[in-house]
Amino acid sequence: MLVTIRLFARLREIAGAAELERTLPDGATARTAWDVLVGEFPPLEDYATAVSCAVNEEYARLTAVLKDGDEVAFLPPVSGGSGISAGSGFSRTNVRLQPDR
Amino acid sequence: MRAPDERFRVTPDPLGVSAVAALVADSGCGAVTTFVGLVRDHNAGRRVLWLEYEAYEPLAVKAFQQIEEETRERWPSAGLAIHHRIGRVAIGEPSVVIAAASAHRADAFAASRYAIERLKQIAPIWKHEHFEGGEVWIEGATADPGDEAARQMALARACS
Repeated sequence: MLVTIRLFARLREIAGAAELERTLPDGATARTAWDVLVGEFPPLEDYATAVSCAVNEEYARLTAVLKDGDEVAFLPPVSGGSGISAGSGFSRTNVRLQPDR
Repeated sequence: MRAPDERFRVTPDPLGVSAVAALVADSGCGAVTTFVGLVRDHNAGRRVLWLEYEAYEPLAVKAFQQIEEETRERWPSAGLAIHHRIGRVAIGEPSVVIAAASAHRADAFAASRYAIERLKQIAPIWKHEHFEGGEVWIEGATADPGDEAARQMALARACS
């Protein structure tokens, strides 16, 4: 079956794409899709315990079973709003410093 | 098809505080509170230049609607509107506006506090901070609308 995978924020940057299509075996779950992605883009592994997912624009568990044509989205930890409780912003190692000129 | 609910929006356009407030106020309301989240010029010792917000839009709007449903369970008379900006937002500009209306002020204050706490927990919106010398994705909570402990924490903050 063919599924569409959506990626956001840092996950999108790691994979170099906001949207991918992948063929998965029947019975595949959201976790199957995630594992395929990690195989292709190993730095995604850093998000193994922090990622959330959505199937067809609804929050879902990684155990959710997918069907042909589904859209599965993987979401890194969220941080909308005004920053009142965002902490240091260094909770994960994604800071990129510009080289000294 | 139902028209989109103007009260819950994700938009690249500048946010207007009074416009959001006008979406919830009616003749039965004795109070409207507005919460405005602004982009500030510093964070964790860094000089912030601007923020770039990214959202999974349809899911973000659904999260806002869920926040309203949760708010109504606790404060039945409170009405809510949430508008969140996406794209590049300059220092000093609003990134989010929340308006809560109620017959009495206590519920309006509590509902708006609850809404911003829950938004930060479950809305699929990300903040890319561009600071002097680099950039960083700000990553807070793993979004899980079913996490009852997180919800209780938001309630506790709203009622403190």
